Amino acid sequence: MASLISCPHCGPRPKEEFAVRGDATLLRPAPEASDEAWHAYVYLRANPRGVHVEHWQHVGGCRRFLVVERNTLTHDVLSVADAAEVAQGGAA
Amino acid sequence: MSAHRLLTGGLIDRGKPLSFTFDGRRHSGFAGDTLASALLADGVSLMGRSFKYHRPRGVMTAGSAEPNALVTVGGGTRREPNLRATMVELHETLTAVSQNRWPSLATDFGALNDRLSALLSAGFYYKTFMWPSAFWEKLYEPLIRRAAGLGRATLKRDPDAYEKAWAFCDLLVIGAGPAGLMAALTAGRAGLRVILADEDFRLGGWLLSETRLIDGRPAHDFAAILVEELAALPNVTLLPRSTVFGWYDDNVFGAVERVQKHLPIPSDKQPVERIWRIVAKRALMATGAEERPLVFGGNDRPGVMMAGAALTYAARYGVAVGKRVAVVTASDSGRQTAAALARRGVEVVALIDARTASAQASPMPEGARTLTGAHVVDTLGRLSVEGLVTVRAGFEERLDCDAVAMAGGWNPRVHLACQHGAKPVWSDVHQAFLPPDVGPDFQAAGAAAGLSTLAEALGDGVRKATAVVADLGRSAPTVPLPEIDAEEAASGAAASPVWLMPGARSKAFVDFQNDVHAGDLALALREGFGHAEHAKRYTTNAMATDQGKLSGVNASGLLAAMKGLSPAEVGITTYRPFYTPVSFGALAGTARDEEAVPHRLSPLDGWAKAQGAMFVEAGLWHRPAYFPRPGEKDWRASVDREVRTVRAAVGLCDVSTLGKIELFGPDAAEFLNRLYCNPMLRLPVGKARYGLMLREDGMVFDDGTVSRLGHQHYLITTTTAMAAKVMSHLEHAAQVLWPALQVRFASVSEQWAQMSLAGPKARQVLQAVVEDDLSAEAVPPLAAQAVTLRGGLRGRLFRISFSGELAYELAVPAGHGRAVAEAIMAAGRAHGICPYGLEALNVLRIEKGHVTHAELDGRTTPDDVGLGHMLARQKPDFIGKRLSERYGLTAADRGQLVGLVPVDRQRMIRAGAHLLREGAKPSTLNDQGHVTSACYSPTLGHPIALALLKSGRERLGERVLVWDRLHKEEFLAEVVSPVFVDPDNRKIEPKEPA
Ligand SMILES: [Zn+2]
Repeated sequence: MASLISCPHCGPRPKEEFAVRGDATLLRPAPEASDEAWHAYVYLRANPRGVHVEHWQHVGGCRRFLVVERNTLTHDVLSVADAAEVAQGGAA
Repeated sequence: MSAHRLLTGGLIDRGKPLSFTFDGRRHSGFAGDTLASALLADGVSLMGRSFKYHRPRGVMTAGSAEPNALVTVGGGTRREPNLRATMVELHETLTAVSQNRWPSLATDFGALNDRLSALLSAGFYYKTFMWPSAFWEKLYEPLIRRAAGLGRATLKRDPDAYEKAWAFCDLLVIGAGPAGLMAALTAGRAGLRVILADEDFRLGGWLLSETRLIDGRPAHDFAAILVEELAALPNVTLLPRSTVFGWYDDNVFGAVERVQKHLPIPSDKQPVERIWRIVAKRALMATGAEERPLVFGGNDRPGVMMAGAALTYAARYGVAVGKRVAVVTASDSGRQTAAALARRGVEVVALIDARTASAQASPMPEGARTLTGAHVVDTLGRLSVEGLVTVRAGFEERLDCDAVAMAGGWNPRVHLACQHGAKPVWSDVHQAFLPPDVGPDFQAAGAAAGLSTLAEALGDGVRKATAVVADLGRSAPTVPLPEIDAEEAASGAAASPVWLMPGARSKAFVDFQNDVHAGDLALALREGFGHAEHAKRYTTNAMATDQGKLSGVNASGLLAAMKGLSPAEVGITTYRPFYTPVSFGALAGTARDEEAVPHRLSPLDGWAKAQGAMFVEAGLWHRPAYFPRPGEKDWRASVDREVRTVRAAVGLCDVSTLGKIELFGPDAAEFLNRLYCNPMLRLPVGKARYGLMLREDGMVFDDGTVSRLGHQHYLITTTTAMAAKVMSHLEHAAQVLWPALQVRFASVSEQWAQMSLAGPKARQVLQAVVEDDLSAEAVPPLAAQAVTLRGGLRGRLFRISFSGELAYELAVPAGHGRAVAEAIMAAGRAHGICPYGLEALNVLRIEKGHVTHAELDGRTTPDDVGLGHMLARQKPDFIGKRLSERYGLTAADRGQLVGLVPVDRQRMIRAGAHLLREGAKPSTLNDQGHVTSACYSPTLGHPIALALLKSGRERLGERVLVWDRLHKEEFLAEVVSPVFVDPDNRKIEPKEPA
């Protein structure tokens, strides 16, 4: 993991201020979705070598959930955006 | 004057003599000396014993690559082992002792290993001690540990302080030698924020050992002038005594500054060491180059050292490492060093050059013989070198000498640039491993980049820094390059290194600290471990505390030569942080002892202390466990009394540590309805409700209360342990899952002091401090409302009970907590009130069958713990709804919450014990469940427990075997309802006036 994450609200901050939540590409299925969809949402996780999109919460800062796109191989952080904005169709 | 101190010269202060001891003997040196230079000046060449063979060893370097001269410095609480004598700055009263010898450095029993070395070949440990495995733990390892060891750390508490800090700069320059100083000056004059770090206590690097004049003045004066200008620049920070040990992601560097390690008694106003995390826009690796040892027979005898180190001792410390020095080389640099040694007044008796025709014949000092095409096959002497044996064209010759300076060529110090996984790159032109290209943010400069002359290094520092200045959008000043007296020729094609001098008559060492010799590497190759990484592990080459700074490249070259390959094809083992060892104290920083973790105190902490509480650590919290009174013989006596008092009269308990989150907004109700598994939409204003949150997988996440304080205003509580996790869970739901919901919330856990007043007399006591009417009509069960205390303080009152008694939770602004608690205690005195702690709280809830995280352990569903009725399946959605409907979570044979009473009423049940069918063989194969919580019930007069038992609710009245393998206990218990006390909830609202 990178040493620094650039929070869109707080600027570049040490990674120790953030807590990872996991894959940010998973969308919570509708209540009536199939068993398979729910099983995949709750249990199945990719472990990519390369670009990975995750939720990180800035717990030691603004407390916002962020969508962090990073490369697990090079440790480069490619983009950081506020999760609520992404969820509402804002800048991804 | 000491035996080996030169009459003049050196950057030592001859007016400041310092006395110190080594192995109990008194020595003296000067300010500016290292421990190594002062010992050499006093004629001490034996400084340590090797790790495996216990061979006598002397100092080999004048810097941080030192493999041999490891010593223990200081005593008592400040005893510090494994310090390199070459890096220990001398101070008055310094005490140092050698390591890995018994009974003394000169007479060491462990040296027997050397005679047995045929048995101790590479891979010996693996081969011999592989089996039987029990022998390893009991016999071999303790023996090896005793025989082969480094120094011992003190077990006493470190009296000194350490700290960590962040630093930010435009340019970090690592190394203050010729390239680093010029780079820092160029960037500093351009106005960049520059940090210049160097592991030495004096800045200058090789300039401090250089014997030629620069701009007509001694090289160290030239360095001092640059340092003076840099020190005066406000945008430049100088960090001497600071080792940059790691290069991390995003160009963040780790460094350790030895702030006060050089002082006899450190001041308590400063840390002794400081860890820096340096965020650098750009960085230059101006770390110089490490001289390579030559691998020849007997090359480890004390007195044999690196030629550059011999020159450093002469030029910088005014010490002649010998009175008759032989220089062994395979390159021009050895010749130059020999000439420089002579210029400093050191007598060079011979130059032995492995090359038949040297490319460049430097003028040799008078009296020195030059032997070309010659190899050293052995050295003579026992505890220090007395001569060497050379072979030239088949003719053997013995040479008298008392020091041997070896010059095998130079390895750029590339380590930092390789810490992200890039490998050093072999250069046929340089005949050396050069740093890999790791991008523009981190570049090498000077000797670290493979340049070999002083002029080139100075120029490269200017050039690389100028590029950085331009890159960062500034204009660089012109920094003129100085004139160097008697400049050597520019770097040309380097001669092929001599990896092994043939015909060794005794062990030719590659790794001095781990005692790996050329024969070991040959054996590794023969046995199929010829890959660089395999050979390293098979022979332990480069695995000692010096991490192969001297041995890594030689091992690669030897393997390549043996295989008939280029070192490029063999490669080199991985470089990882830390560059040199970093103390645990520095890594811990301020996070130790009581500061190791945050220390959370309730706003009622002072009140509890005044009440004589005994405290328990619960997570980060320090919570009152119980409140002993005189005459109570143990904690149980206190807890039993507190429980009885609550059941019969009234007790006051601090519950401020519960998590409290306040929510507002038009969608707050909908939000909570989706978070809890039970219905929340129609909770009336002024009411509280017990709530259960699930995880998305259907298991219980946390429980607490939800109070509606206004139409769009809620307050929820969480358990103490899960407060932070629930807050984050809510934030995730609001920001990620349902960002369109209009709800805002904040943690108010620390804003409120909250206390539970429980017992039949609770209302009377509380009425004495609260102005509002507290009658059952005004404040019915589950009421949640604002109240005014007598005196006007506003608080919040909740009619909720964890004990099953008539109970209230009163919350007041944190700062008023203690005064309110004291007022309640005063009001309750006539009613026999007592404070009660976490232990009594736990007994009260077990008696009442209430669950905590002992039951809600992440594997239980609401139904498992008897709360299945709370699941509001009619709700369209809530977190955990869908997966809580899975077959596995609704199966009839899941563990279900039951009560247990031991058949023998004297037997204490312990949490964690397994439950088996009566008569079943004790085995986890027959497991039927486990005990989750257990206590002695003072109300019932015997032990009770809560347990999760398969299909437990159908088994009331059955006898089960309680099996505690850990405590070797087996006994019978009866399965009963988990509600032991007041199953009809009559006590919550007593009918008759209490
Ligand atoms: Zn932030």
